[in-house]
Amino acid sequence: MTGGVGGYPDARGRFGAFGGRYVPETLMGALKRLESEAREALADASFLARLDAELDRWVGRPSPLTPAPRLSAAWGVEVLLKREDLNHTGAHKINNALGQALLAQKMGAKRIVAETGAGQHGVASAAACARLGMGCRVYMGAVDVERQAPNVARMKLFGAEVVPVTAGDATLRAAIDEAMRDWVSDPLGTFYLLGSAVGPHPYPWLVRELQSVIGREARQQALATTGRLPDVVVACVGGGSNAIGAFAPFVEDDAVALLGVEAGGSGPGLGQHAATIVHGRPGVLHGTYSQLLQDEHGQIHETHSVSAGLDYPGVGPEHAHLAATGRATYTAATDTEALDALEEVARMEGILVALETAHAFAGARVWAAANPGKTVLICVSGRGDKDLGILQSVGRAG
Amino acid sequence: MSAARLEAAIRNPRGGHGIALMPYLTAGYPEREGFPELLARVGAIADAIEIGVPFTDPMADGTTIQETSRRALENGVTLPWILDTVKHTETPAACVLMSYFNPLLAYGLERLVVDAADAGVCGFIVPDLPLEEAGPFRELCEAQGLALVMLVTPVTAPERLKRVCAASSGFVYAVTVTGVTGTSADPAQLVAYLTRLRAVTNLPVCAGFGIRSREDVARLEGVAHGAIVGTAMLDALRDGRDPVRFLESLRS
Repeated sequence: MTGGVGGYPDARGRFGAFGGRYVPETLMGALKRLESEAREALADASFLARLDAELDRWVGRPSPLTPAPRLSAAWGVEVLLKREDLNHTGAHKINNALGQALLAQKMGAKRIVAETGAGQHGVASAAACARLGMGCRVYMGAVDVERQAPNVARMKLFGAEVVPVTAGDATLRAAIDEAMRDWVSDPLGTFYLLGSAVGPHPYPWLVRELQSVIGREARQQALATTGRLPDVVVACVGGGSNAIGAFAPFVEDDAVALLGVEAGGSGPGLGQHAATIVHGRPGVLHGTYSQLLQDEHGQIHETHSVSAGLDYPGVGPEHAHLAATGRATYTAATDTEALDALEEVARMEGILVALETAHAFAGARVWAAANPGKTVLICVSGRGDKDLGILQSVGRAG
Repeated sequence: MSAARLEAAIRNPRGGHGIALMPYLTAGYPEREGFPELLARVGAIADAIEIGVPFTDPMADGTTIQETSRRALENGVTLPWILDTVKHTETPAACVLMSYFNPLLAYGLERLVVDAADAGVCGFIVPDLPLEEAGPFRELCEAQGLALVMLVTPVTAPERLKRVCAASSGFVYAVTVTGVTGTSADPAQLVAYLTRLRAVTNLPVCAGFGIRSREDVARLEGVAHGAIVGTAMLDALRDGRDPVRFLESLRS
C-alpha cells in the first residue's frame, strides 16, 4: 500500500517545505509510536487483508466509476464520476476511519476520540468503532451540530458520545483544538482518529495512504472503461483528504492534471471564504506547517462556507506542496456556484452530491469550458442527504 | 546576555526565598490599558514573569487561558504592542514571552529576536515547538543571547529527556501533568519526576501546570528552582483580587 508521491513525506514528515510536527512535547512519544505502528501495519499482509475484507464486505468497495453522459453532453467533455458517495455511511471518510480504527485496535487503544466538521468523519468513526466494539467520543463545533443535525443523530445511534464545542468559532477548527486537548490529557491510552490529511506527522501521510484506494481504483477503472487515463482529476479541498486520496495514484502520471477546488464562500475577503491555498499564507496550525488563513499577526481567521466540511482555515501540507511545485492547481468555487452545480448534477444524472462535493463539480465545469473534448474524472466525495435542511433553507429544495 | 539574566533570576530568588516565583500573565488581560502597571506591580514581587502572547487556537491550554487569550485578542493585543510594552516597563523581574509558534512566524523570526532583545525580553517559551522543529529558531535566539526554554513532561522518555534538556537555555520547563494547563498534579510522582529531571541537567528546573496554592509551592521547594503559576494567577485577576497580595499568599 503506497501512495507513491515522489518519496514524500521525508523522515521528518515534510512535503518539501510543508508538514512537520509542531505539537506539545506531551504528544511527541504518542506520535512516534503511531508512526512506527502505522508503518508496520501498512506493510503487514494480514493487517491489509483484514482492512481489504472490511472495505469489500462492510464499506462496499470498490466504488463504481460512473460515466455521466448528460453532464458530458452539456459540458462538452467526457465526465467520469468516482462514486465515494456510494460507500457505507455516504462518503469517502469511511476509508480512513476504518483503517485508523483497525490500527487503534491493533495498538490496544483504550478509547478513541475524533473531530468532525460536516459530521461525515464523525459518522464514519462512530460506525467503524461500533463495528470493532470500541468506544468513541466525537468533538463537533456547536455551529456544525446545529447545521448537520441528522449526522449527530446517526453518530448517537452508533453509540458514540457527541461533545459540542462552543469555544473559538465553534466549527471544525475548534473541534480539532478540543480533540487535541483531549489527546494531550491521555496521550498513551487514547487514539486520536483524525479525519483529514492535516495535523502533525504521521497523519497527513497515514490519511493519504488510507484514502489512496480512491485514486488506485479510479485509475484502473478509467483504463478499463476508456482505455486511457483521464486528462484531469478534480476533487474538493477542505483539509483535503478525498483530494489527496484521488490525486496520489496519479501524481506521477505527468499528463494527468490535478485540480483541487476550495470553498470560495460568499467572496474573496478575509472571513468570507475558506479558500486556503488560493488566498492563504504559510504558517503553523494544528501541528503542521502549511497554508493558512490568518491575519498579519498570525491569528487564525474565521472562515465561511455553505459546506461545513470545507469550513477550515488550514489545508493538508501535501496540498500546499503540490501547489508550490505546480503539480496540482487549486481554484475556488463560491457558495452560489456550488449550489448551482449541485442542482445541475441532481437534475442531469440523478445524483444528489454533498455540498462539499458540489464545489468539485463547479470547478470541473470551469475547467471543462476551457478544455473541450477532454476526459474529466471527478471524485464524488459524498452524498447530499445530510444537506437537505441547508438546501431547503437557501431555497434550493422546494 | 538575556538568557543568563533569566537563569540567574531563577537561581537567586529575591528576598532570600527558597524557590523562584514565576507568574504567568496573558498580555493585555484583563485590560490592555492597565497592563503596563500590572506588569510593573507583579514584576516588583516575582523573580521572572511569563508573558503570554494570545493566540486564537491555544491547543495546549485549558479553559482559563483560552478565555484570557480570547479577551486579550478582543482588547487588540498584538506582538508588536507586547514588545513595546515590555520595552517601556521598568521591572526587576526577568520577562519571558510564551507564545504559540504562528504569531512568532508571522512577525518574522529574524526581526523578532532583534526586537525582543532590544525590548529587554530574556527569551521564549514555545509550547508547540518541540525539539525536532526548534533548531532554526534556537540558533536565531542564541545569536541574540536570548533563551529558548524547552518543555519536558512526565511521559518524555529518559533518553529524549537528556536531549531536550541539552537543547534548552535559561531554564527547563517541567510540565508536571499530562494534560492541558489548569489541571492538578499527583504530589507523590511529582517529586520523583523532578528529581529524575534534575539529574540530567545543570539548568534550573521550573515546574508548571496545576500550581495553585502556598502548599503547592512549598512542596516544590528543594526539588525545583522555580514555580510557574499560570491558571491560578489568571483566576485571581478574573475575580478582581489583588495580584500582589495573591502572589504574596503563595510565599511561606
